[in-house]
Amino acid sequence: MSTSHPVTSPLTYVAVFLSLAVLTILTVVVAYYDFGFMNVVVALGIAVIKASLVVWFFMGVRYNTPLTRVVVVAGLFWLLIMFGLGMSDYLTRGWLGVPGR
Amino acid sequence: MANAHDTTLAHGAVEAHGHDQAHAHHPKLQHHFYSMEQQLEASILGMWIFLVTEIMFFGGLFLAYIVYRTMYPEAWIAGSNHLNTYMGGGNTLVLICSSLTMVLAVRAAQVGSRTGQIVNLILTILFGSTFLVVKFFEYAEKFEHHLVPGPNFDPALPGPEQIFFALYFIMTGIHALHMVVGIGIMLVILRMAWKGTFTPEYYGPIEVSGLYWHFVDIVWIFLFPLLYLLGFHLGH
Repeated sequence: MSTSHPVTSPLTYVAVFLSLAVLTILTVVVAYYDFGFMNVVVALGIAVIKASLVVWFFMGVRYNTPLTRVVVVAGLFWLLIMFGLGMSDYLTRGWLGVPGR
Repeated sequence: MANAHDTTLAHGAVEAHGHDQAHAHHPKLQHHFYSMEQQLEASILGMWIFLVTEIMFFGGLFLAYIVYRTMYPEAWIAGSNHLNTYMGGGNTLVLICSSLTMVLAVRAAQVGSRTGQIVNLILTILFGSTFLVVKFFEYAEKFEHHLVPGPNFDPALPGPEQIFFALYFIMTGIHALHMVVGIGIMLVILRMAWKGTFTPEYYGPIEVSGLYWHFVDIVWIFLFPLLYLLGFHLGH
């Protein structure tokens, strides 16, 4: 009986693993340098690439049904809503001279 | 038994009518699923829905991190320089190794290799345990240096640094708790693999446990740069 998940070659997994290891070392190496506000962008950019590799290859989302993919994307979307609304509150509190603050 | 007799008759009827034999009953197929494939997809979907709740759970902590980092950027940079980047980075590599062995264990189930499952699951458990041991020494160092929030926190350090360390301990602590739970799950899966439960047709439990394991790895992939690497360039 066929299953929806084709068997992946171990070489693919090893290649993903090596990419993750290289990116981990890279994120430490770039942390030695100061790029100003870009520090956090670089660090998070590498983390997002690493997480995407894990999700796409190790967690097998590339073989999942569209329904499962919608759930995965919805999770990230709601996370961004939480960050967006949360920060739109905290970052704008000082904008108006509200009495009592 | 009358029941068994009926089943035999039913199967005979199905064959007589020339129905698709792909739906012959696999012993591990729950009666409410149409096929093994559908059963596996349902398990994966269910696990992802749980993982989305986990994303939101850790997301709240990450939001707290962002809010306080925006308020006290200096304390965050100073606090991150108290963390041991090499222990944190080494642990990142350990977790990536564990994710590789995890995915190889799932693959071993897909190709029907019992030995492959057992070896890779044991390696996964060992890598996970290594992570926790390193974490233990890291925490011990923080206690020795009076960096644990509370009455014994180093009074020479500015107050907001306590907030950094509070978040450090909550976030890494809950992550470590997830690792402990993950190791527990892997021990159960190892027992199932040992008994030869998983076959190329039926490997749902090892697959969805793997999803959980990889998720915990991803949380650390974000925790490491956010906690350890902020002010790294200043200390070197």
